[in-house]
Amino acid sequence: MFARTLAAILSGLLFGAGLVVSDMIKPARVLAFLDITGEWDPSLAFVMGGALIPSSFAYLIRKRRLTPAFDDRFYVPEHGRVDRALIGGAVLFGLGWGLVGLCPGPAIAALTTGRWEVALFVAAMFAGMVLYRLTVGRPAAVIR
Amino acid sequence: MTDLNILWPLSGGLLIGLSAGLYLLTTGRIAGVSGLAASAAGLTGTGISTLGLGFLGGIPAGAALASAFLRQAEITLTASAPLLVVAGLLVGVGTRLGSGCTSGHGVCGLARLSKRSLVATSVFMIVAALTVFAVRHVFEGIV
Repeated sequence: MFARTLAAILSGLLFGAGLVVSDMIKPARVLAFLDITGEWDPSLAFVMGGALIPSSFAYLIRKRRLTPAFDDRFYVPEHGRVDRALIGGAVLFGLGWGLVGLCPGPAIAALTTGRWEVALFVAAMFAGMVLYRLTVGRPAAVIR
Repeated sequence: MTDLNILWPLSGGLLIGLSAGLYLLTTGRIAGVSGLAASAAGLTGTGISTLGLGFLGGIPAGAALASAFLRQAEITLTASAPLLVVAGLLVGVGTRLGSGCTSGHGVCGLARLSKRSLVATSVFMIVAALTVFAVRHVFEGIV
């Protein structure tokens, strides 16, 4: 359990560092990628491409292993179907992301800047997650 | 944005991918920040997750370290408070309903060739681009 927690912390550290190095912590740069008819900044595409190299490699290694290093099984969803919840959720997320240029990872990383705007966004994001949990996401009402 | 140097986004992306790969091969789980955030807050029905808390705490710490030693993290945000709240709520509800965000569906889902993640990533990218278009070029100055 201790090794697993340590691995989670280390993964988080790498993730946060990656967001700063790639400058994805900056909403203006994300918005400049999304603004395809404006002064387009392709950075986000290189970040995605760069991330997919080690990530794809890890998922390939995963196929040859029965268990991860510090747990007795993998928790990776398989054979999921595209449903209304997936599409609806992606639409709502895309709207929120496009409005200010912050998605969960960069928002949490940007808390280090000490800006009240970021803290407000993160608080609202958690409030949204609670709202989901209390409504459509409550244990008895899993929609398909 | 004229200071484009692909080495920065590429190396930052590699770090993010390393993080996702490390997390998968050590804990067996997907490094999706929205899911980790929900599990850290005890909103996934399995109590408060230590892994979620660890990962989530690591993010700002890693960002602070990188900002101190590698590249200064400075951000500008012009969105008003009500807009930040609306956007935050949409991101919170949307990522839970859609089971993931840019990291879970984008980085991890695409890496494992998940059809659901490919669909989700395409949808949120297109909707976000349309939203930016509407805000910047259609309703300019209103939002």
